[in-house]
Amino acid sequence: MNNGTLVRLVDVHKVYHTGEMEVPAVRGVSLEIKRGEFVALMGASGSGKSTLMNILGCLDRPSSGQYFLDDADVSGLSRDQLAEIRNRKLGFVFQSFNLLARTSARENAELPLIYSSQHLSNTQLREKADRVLASVGLAGREDHFPSQLSGGQQQRVAIARALINEPEMLLADEPTGNLDSRTSVEIMAIFQQLNERGITIIMVTHEQDIAAYANRNVIMRDGLIRDDHLVTRRSDAKAHVQNGRDAEPI
Amino acid sequence: MRIAPTLNVAYRALRRNKMRSVLTALGIIIGVGAVIAMVGIGNGAKAQVEAQIASLGENVILIFSGSTTSSGIRTGWGGAGTLKIEDAEAIRREVPGVIGVSEEVVSTTQVAAGNQNWFTRIYGESADYFDIRQWPLADGAPFTAQDVRSANKVCVIGRTTATQVYGNENPIGQILRIKNVPFTILGVLTPKGLSPQGVDQDDIVVMPYTSAMKRVIGGTTLRNINVQIGDARQIEAAQQQIISLLRQRHNIRPGRDDDFTVRTQQEIAEAATATSRVMTVLLGAIAGVSLLVGGIGIMNIMLVSVTERTREIGVRMAVGARGNDILTQFLIEAVALSSVGGVIGIICGIAASRVLSIYANWPTLISISSIVIAFLFSAAVGVFFGFYPARKAAALDPIEALRYE
Repeated sequence: MNNGTLVRLVDVHKVYHTGEMEVPAVRGVSLEIKRGEFVALMGASGSGKSTLMNILGCLDRPSSGQYFLDDADVSGLSRDQLAEIRNRKLGFVFQSFNLLARTSARENAELPLIYSSQHLSNTQLREKADRVLASVGLAGREDHFPSQLSGGQQQRVAIARALINEPEMLLADEPTGNLDSRTSVEIMAIFQQLNERGITIIMVTHEQDIAAYANRNVIMRDGLIRDDHLVTRRSDAKAHVQNGRDAEPI
Repeated sequence: MRIAPTLNVAYRALRRNKMRSVLTALGIIIGVGAVIAMVGIGNGAKAQVEAQIASLGENVILIFSGSTTSSGIRTGWGGAGTLKIEDAEAIRREVPGVIGVSEEVVSTTQVAAGNQNWFTRIYGESADYFDIRQWPLADGAPFTAQDVRSANKVCVIGRTTATQVYGNENPIGQILRIKNVPFTILGVLTPKGLSPQGVDQDDIVVMPYTSAMKRVIGGTTLRNINVQIGDARQIEAAQQQIISLLRQRHNIRPGRDDDFTVRTQQEIAEAATATSRVMTVLLGAIAGVSLLVGGIGIMNIMLVSVTERTREIGVRMAVGARGNDILTQFLIEAVALSSVGGVIGIICGIAASRVLSIYANWPTLISISSIVIAFLFSAAVGVFFGFYPARKAAALDPIEALRYE
């Protein structure tokens, strides 16, 4: 494990073909992300941030250009090889949580392990899922179904699911988009805590105050990176949570 | 890919839509049940026919007198009267492997005893007849070779004749008048039931063929000769020898048709079972159509399920499921539906054929092989009809799937 570059994009293009038309979504992006960074990817809708996120998440392949993840070129891998990379190295958190309905929190968290090449016994699966759920503050709710959990709790289950395979990188697509501001801060607290433990995070958001919890902001427009700066006055979610609690009785 | 969780996922997915799963499986249950019951009925009919053919006796060759043309009018088989008593004796003497010969003449006539009378069939036979047809007596004794030589006025009668003429009385030792000739009844045959042609085989009087020819029927020729061969492997050779022997005895020049017909029991059995075999295939095919419809039902539901669970498929793919994992998962669901349906269908089919044989009195026969085939077939239906939806699921683009509303 080196402490250097985790993600390196070299002149990445993505063109969608809709009938006769060619729609360029990403038009030449080069980007480096180091291990341990917490990047907020911002931009208006149509700016190409979602497409870039899909490429970073190995859900999609660039039309041209190269993507090095952990020094390995993944831009030309097959569907199945990409699936394995996603399973081993990446964790996903979605805006709409995307938990399996009528499936307990524990079984939702276990999901990536089912497709993992390492074979764990049922007991090991269970222990691992329970441990990760506890680490996001869901101890005691392992057997709850998503419908029995609040939005914030559901997103925590999704985070547990993303973490269970100990990924290199967490990809979050508007993780707070469906949450109220207080719960959003709580989720950001978890993200910052994970980031402190060394997990690289890339988060798509269009909210300035949410982006302020990251340590680097990348802003896209029209398929290109327009701005890329470090966050100078970073928000501390933990402190905000504390403040919120203190303020509550008033 | 781990099998246990996949099975678990399939189980949960099927349980989530209980009603739908049950209805889908019902298609297969009805299909497999119908196949099992129909094939059971067909096989039962076939087995019954075979049993009746076997009741003709074992390793039997039947020689019928041929047809003849007289003034352009052709008589049927047995009409020509070409078989002589001497022919039978020659067969007994010259064909190797023969263990029994019975000269047969047949007539129908009125019989009477006391104030009762009855119209029945008269069979003139040799003493070998009861062995050839494996037809023991229920009561009394058969007539002997001596009775045949002396053309004694003795006979044995079938159960139906006995009941019709004597009611509950014991007929043995009684006198039965046939064309006003008094015959002494020596015994009563064990009941044989209906022949493959539906004739009551127990409505019969059997007497020495000599007595029949001399005292009842008249004439000097035989309708047919029943020959029994000791070893099944010799039947074909014996059949050929009988043909050449009779051609020689009847002075038939080469190139001319035989004036007799030789049939082995095998040939008769094949002809008789052909019908029931056709029936089995036909019934099975009709039932198979319902199985096909059941399979289409599975395909339909699986397609619905794939559409409904598009997001789930996207999530699974995002966390590392490969196309094959998704394919396997949906295939397992389809096969689970069809094979569970298959097992229940087999049970229902067996139950249905039991009910049919008890209440409708139809003979049914369910073989292990038909159960195994039905099960494998139902599983195959799951694979076949589940494959297309499963492949459709596996081919989904994870991004599209995640975005699906």
